[in-house]
Amino acid sequence: MAGPKSSKSSSSDTSAAISTLWKSYVSQTPDRLKFIDSFLVFIVLSGVVQFLYCVLVTNFPFNAFLAGFSSSVGQFVLTASLRSQVNPENRPEFKEVSPERAFADFALGSIVLHFFVFNFLG
Amino acid sequence: MTAAYPLPSNLSPTTVTNTASLLRIVALGLISAAAIASRLFAVINFESIIHEFDPWFNYRATRVLASKGFYEFWNWFDPTAWYPLGRVVGGTIYPGLMATSGVIYNFLHALNLPVDIRNICVLLAPGFSALTAWATYMFTKEMKDESAGLLAAAFIGIVPGYISRSVAGSYDNEAIAIFLLMFTFFTWIKALKQGSAFFGTIAAVFYFYMVAAWGGYVFITNMIPLHALVLLLMGRFTSRLYVAYSSWYAIGTLASMQVPFVGFQPVRTSEHMAALGVFGLLQIVAFGQLVRAHVSSKQFQNLLLAAVISAGVVGALGIVGLTYKGWIAPWTGRFYSLWDTGYAKKYIPIIASVSEHQPTAWPSFFMDLHFLIFLFPAGVVLCFRELRDEHLFVIIYGVMASYFAGVMVRLMLTLTPVVCVSAAVALSTLLDTYLDPTEPDAPAKENETATPTPSSNGTSAPVSAKKVKKNKEQEAAPPAGGALGDLVSGVASAAVAAKKGDKAAARGVFGLDTRFAVLLNAVGLLLFFVVHCTWVTSNAYSSPSVVLASQGPDGSQNLIDDFREAYYWLRQNTPETAVVMSWWDYGYQIAGMADRPTLVDNNTWNNTHIATVGKAMSSSEEVAYPILRKHDVDYVLIIFGGLIGYSGDDINKFLWMVRIAQGVWPDEIQEPDYFNQGQYRVDDEASPAMKNSLMYKMSYYRFSELFGGQQAVDRVRGQHVPMVGPTLDVLEEAFTSENWIVRIYQVKKEDVLGRDLKSANAFAQGKKRKRSKPVSRRKALV
Repeated sequence: MAGPKSSKSSSSDTSAAISTLWKSYVSQTPDRLKFIDSFLVFIVLSGVVQFLYCVLVTNFPFNAFLAGFSSSVGQFVLTASLRSQVNPENRPEFKEVSPERAFADFALGSIVLHFFVFNFLG
Repeated sequence: MTAAYPLPSNLSPTTVTNTASLLRIVALGLISAAAIASRLFAVINFESIIHEFDPWFNYRATRVLASKGFYEFWNWFDPTAWYPLGRVVGGTIYPGLMATSGVIYNFLHALNLPVDIRNICVLLAPGFSALTAWATYMFTKEMKDESAGLLAAAFIGIVPGYISRSVAGSYDNEAIAIFLLMFTFFTWIKALKQGSAFFGTIAAVFYFYMVAAWGGYVFITNMIPLHALVLLLMGRFTSRLYVAYSSWYAIGTLASMQVPFVGFQPVRTSEHMAALGVFGLLQIVAFGQLVRAHVSSKQFQNLLLAAVISAGVVGALGIVGLTYKGWIAPWTGRFYSLWDTGYAKKYIPIIASVSEHQPTAWPSFFMDLHFLIFLFPAGVVLCFRELRDEHLFVIIYGVMASYFAGVMVRLMLTLTPVVCVSAAVALSTLLDTYLDPTEPDAPAKENETATPTPSSNGTSAPVSAKKVKKNKEQEAAPPAGGALGDLVSGVASAAVAAKKGDKAAARGVFGLDTRFAVLLNAVGLLLFFVVHCTWVTSNAYSSPSVVLASQGPDGSQNLIDDFREAYYWLRQNTPETAVVMSWWDYGYQIAGMADRPTLVDNNTWNNTHIATVGKAMSSSEEVAYPILRKHDVDYVLIIFGGLIGYSGDDINKFLWMVRIAQGVWPDEIQEPDYFNQGQYRVDDEASPAMKNSLMYKMSYYRFSELFGGQQAVDRVRGQHVPMVGPTLDVLEEAFTSENWIVRIYQVKKEDVLGRDLKSANAFAQGKKRKRSKPVSRRKALV
């Protein structure tokens, strides 16, 4: 559900709509956000691989799976938060969060998240 | 200009702000001092001692932590609890409380302050109550303003509903949990308001602390998603909500799984699924918003809506399916009992037998909250007036907590903070309205003139200082008319008052007399509240229940110290491995004070083991003896209040023992057997099963001898006990405390000659055996 491509195809069958979406995305989004989006796509892929491994192979060290998967999910939502905070369109919503502070928040959140991830890997 | 009373006009705004913030700090300091001081009744009236039952276990665990270090504590296996099973303590507790005390202990010792661990444990709850007052101040500040915050802090500081769980010596999880609850909610509101991942992370960290500290963390786990869901359904989705909720949930859930006792529950049990569902829903909605930003086709949005709905349905079906397949555990029994108050009594007597799990009686609402309980709805109505995102939170919290507090006495504790917050909002609106010097006939006045009043009332100065800022914000609306109109006529008139802004000038507060009438009334209420809180705290909530107090006819206090007397007797006179059997209520105290292995204790995880004890207590000696011997029981300890009228004794709890035993052995123990024609009696009319039960025999053994030939009276039940008391064959009395509250019996070993104990006993008492064949045969020989 992350990258604009992945879950769109399931919800709509009109390929024209997708191509409009894609074109508008490519043309309107600032490069910074595209950079963040590529990171998001990478995280989604890593999460999907872990999930498939868990379903198809084994979930044996369940805590390790949970740690890895939560790392993906957590990092994804933190990055998505960063994305919406630095998005110029959302500026009026985040009056008190400047882009610099958003990045600092992101860094702090990631550190805390991965502290727990490492603790849980076992 | 017209003002009801003159205000100094030569003060610069900075002076006003500085003075107001100084006064706020002083007020918060005083509130903290009052919160701590009012919790010290227990220490002053009795002594610095750990109270009740569960705190004794926490104290014992903390001592292990302080003396042996954290790793030993983490891996602690306690072989003396649940004899012969033992208990993995590290994995079956919420370690937050002990860890907090341990950190404080080590910190103080690092500063070369040799404070005893017991004193830290005793004073932890009062200390944290000061922090709770601060957290409530911060929380209420987000709802209204600083003056409401101060009122809320003062309320939560001394309100009996919270003091009941946090007096000095009440060393239980709730002592720190309420602070964590309020602080987590505060950071959540802050994160939601600012859309800040930083506050979301802080909320997650405090959520983790809360999970480590109290099982009530499930309340947060469901409150925050509920709030998010309501916002979503009201069409109030913003990116700030996404940021706040996602960062809290992603980090908080992972963090909560670090606590061994919680483990994988956040992904496995139904209680936690709501949070996960809302998390998924938010992701979908956020993604939908992103797509909508790029595509503006109406038809496309319809498609999107369908996609969102179908995804939600699939998600819900998925959760139901997983529950069905057993991947996700269904609701636990304790949770069901929240919805169906009769559930626990039918299916899990062990939960129903705990007095704090009973439904709340209505007087206790007044007793615990006093006048806050009728200001509470007013505050909720005022929240509806503004209805910003954070006000919704208070409303939802208020509704949920009111319900839960009605179902279970102990959940009064979660209701108390929201009552304090919304009562403070209501009262502070009232004070704002009537302290405001603006007269209604004037048009909206200049703000520079509204400066703080030099007043004796501590809170009024910040109130009117705050007014300055508030008036600036609401310059458009006439302040006095608008605020009052809304206060008086509530939600319905709010819109009307706002519309007829010019007419509102005709309504309002005129002159000083009306102001004084209302304000004196409010101050009077506050004073009665303080008196009530002090009285309730000193009389109802400060008893350690380990030491009992009674008053003589001349008012002198008389301490009844039977419990400790008996526990120290056990400690001094029995081998360290002697197993003590008692009803589970006293397990923690025996372990903590007597340091002896127990069969069952207050951590009621093993119903069968408790039922075994119940069976032994409620069956006859012949049946009970093998059970006692099989479990290596050396001593049996019972509580008997019949002599001095202590009503919390084992005979009164006896029916629960019977019920719990019946749940496991329905064909051996039946509750109706213990009644005589529907009545629970202990006198001559008592039923045979009752009279033969071990508990009855132990309680009244030699009791009638005390009365020297007179009719013996049980002062709790108010019944006459039979003149000829019961006899015991398999037990012998080992110790009975001064007021007979605690009686300890030693289990006899098997007779060395191989006789059964009954005939051995009869022989020892010189009774002849029934004349039967052997005698006659001897005669024949002669």
